[in-house]
Amino acid sequence: MAQPDFDKLKKLATQIRRDIVRMVHGCQSGHPGGSLGCTEYFVALYFHIMKHDPKFNMDGKGEDLFFVSNGHISPVWYSTLARAGYFDVKELATFRFLNSRLQGHPATHEKLPGIRIASGSLGQGLSVAAGSALVKKLNNDDRFVFCLMGDGEQQEGQVWEAAMYAAHNKIDNLIATIDYNGQQIDGPVKEVLDLKDLKAKWVAFGWEVQEFNGNDLKEVINGLENAKALAKKGKPVMNLMKTDMGSGVDYMMGSHKWHGVAPNDEELSRALAQLECSEDY
Amino acid sequence: MTKFTATDKKDTRSGFGAGLHELGKQNPNVVALCADLTGSLKMDAFKKDFPERFFQTGIAEANMIGLAAGMTIGGKIPFTGTFANFSTGRVYDQIRQSVAYSGKNVKICASHAGLTLGEDGATHQILEDVGMMKMLPEMTVIVPCDYAQTKAATIALGSHVGPAYLRFGRPVWPVFTDGRPFTIGKADKMIEGKDVTIFANGHMVWQAIEAEAKLAEKGISVELINLHTIKPLDVDSILESVKKTGCAVTCEEHQINGGLGDSVAQVLAKHQPAPVEMVAVNDSFGESGKPTDLLKKYGLSPDNIVAAVEKVIKRKRG
Repeated sequence: MAQPDFDKLKKLATQIRRDIVRMVHGCQSGHPGGSLGCTEYFVALYFHIMKHDPKFNMDGKGEDLFFVSNGHISPVWYSTLARAGYFDVKELATFRFLNSRLQGHPATHEKLPGIRIASGSLGQGLSVAAGSALVKKLNNDDRFVFCLMGDGEQQEGQVWEAAMYAAHNKIDNLIATIDYNGQQIDGPVKEVLDLKDLKAKWVAFGWEVQEFNGNDLKEVINGLENAKALAKKGKPVMNLMKTDMGSGVDYMMGSHKWHGVAPNDEELSRALAQLECSEDY
Repeated sequence: MTKFTATDKKDTRSGFGAGLHELGKQNPNVVALCADLTGSLKMDAFKKDFPERFFQTGIAEANMIGLAAGMTIGGKIPFTGTFANFSTGRVYDQIRQSVAYSGKNVKICASHAGLTLGEDGATHQILEDVGMMKMLPEMTVIVPCDYAQTKAATIALGSHVGPAYLRFGRPVWPVFTDGRPFTIGKADKMIEGKDVTIFANGHMVWQAIEAEAKLAEKGISVELINLHTIKPLDVDSILESVKKTGCAVTCEEHQINGGLGDSVAQVLAKHQPAPVEMVAVNDSFGESGKPTDLLKKYGLSPDNIVAAVEKVIKRKRG
């Protein structure tokens, strides 16, 4: 694979962060915190790691597939898809407005290119990803299936049903990632319902587990490249990706308070000032 | 003397198993998933002959529905199998988001529905499943009446596109629809009559056939319509029949709220008001017992249908 152009990828990450804060400001709703925290991961996946075609086809044969289980971080996904050419960037302005294809939580219903399953009600994405990874094997398609979940989402029982199933059935073309930001709506995950030793849990379930910093582009790319190297050896792969909720906007960082709150006009200006981008468009 | 004769006695779940096996032969894209009830769902033949297309999910129904939704991506046609209770109530949100709202071509196949599950009792005797499934936009809902129709419906689902719920049961039951055509969404008029229309599905179609014989002896002419597809509903057949008979009785092994009766009554109230009586479980849970004893105790016997017909005809004459 070609060497990553870090300068270009960093600019993209800044651009996407600008999109995120403007989208949630525009409709005065949505989830900026997790979206900002996962920006490097989305940039790495769509602009370096995955083989994918913006001329979207639902079956995605011969392509890498990506499922977002924590659908509330839709702003980062929509912006990434638009910037990757799946649809016009101008459409981002319709986010969460009536008659938009950019629903509050991702959906296939309005046929937005890039989305393969609805998500929002948590805990379901890993099962769907595992099913599609099985079909890749049945179809002799050697590409990968990626899936992103939240850490609060690990409180859902279905996640562990899927964890058990994927390991038991050696679904080793599946590379899952947890956005490990330690925050959920009601407060720190440790206080709401502690996950204790999350790494030990996934190891015990039979997954290959690695950890990396999700807000360092180099680490994310190296981590995902390494995940591909760990894959196809009999075990599904889990990335525990440490991130800062709200990363890139100082007043949103590290707090659950910006999980699902939109900035006002003044807060938007402050955010954009911190996300300088010479080629903003 | 009933107008239909039972050519055999078999369980409807075996009709599903036979239909699924046939589909396995016909279409390499058909895959099957089961949550630890392979024998109960009669999926053994499919598993034996197409092991690479059979997926044992363990006792994890939520994951099974998600896997099935994911398997449609790449062109497979997944049929999930477990008891009706675990196929619907336990996984309602998974079906709603990952299957129905996402428009996935998943066939949810549900056995041991209703009171006729018998001795296992109310924990397993789901009587709300049809209501839950028919409420979901884009979901097709089918309740076949015997082995032959369950097999035909299963095979028909292989070429149907979109989410679907197929409900069948556990007990050995008369087989009487051999050779009759089956089309999803097209009601089957089994007996012509003029005094009352009975709309029935599932095991209740045979109960209605027995009731019709008793009513014929009393000089009452019954039109019997097998309304195997609750959604999409064959509105034209309902209106055409009730236009002639002027009243209706609905029969289903389901709660009175949310099932076939509701669907028929809604159509009539909107287009062509007529008296309707509903033979169904009256807002109650079931209990352990023999299937026929349960049907009798909970008001789903042929005699209950006879009484409902006599009542609705009196209401018609006002």
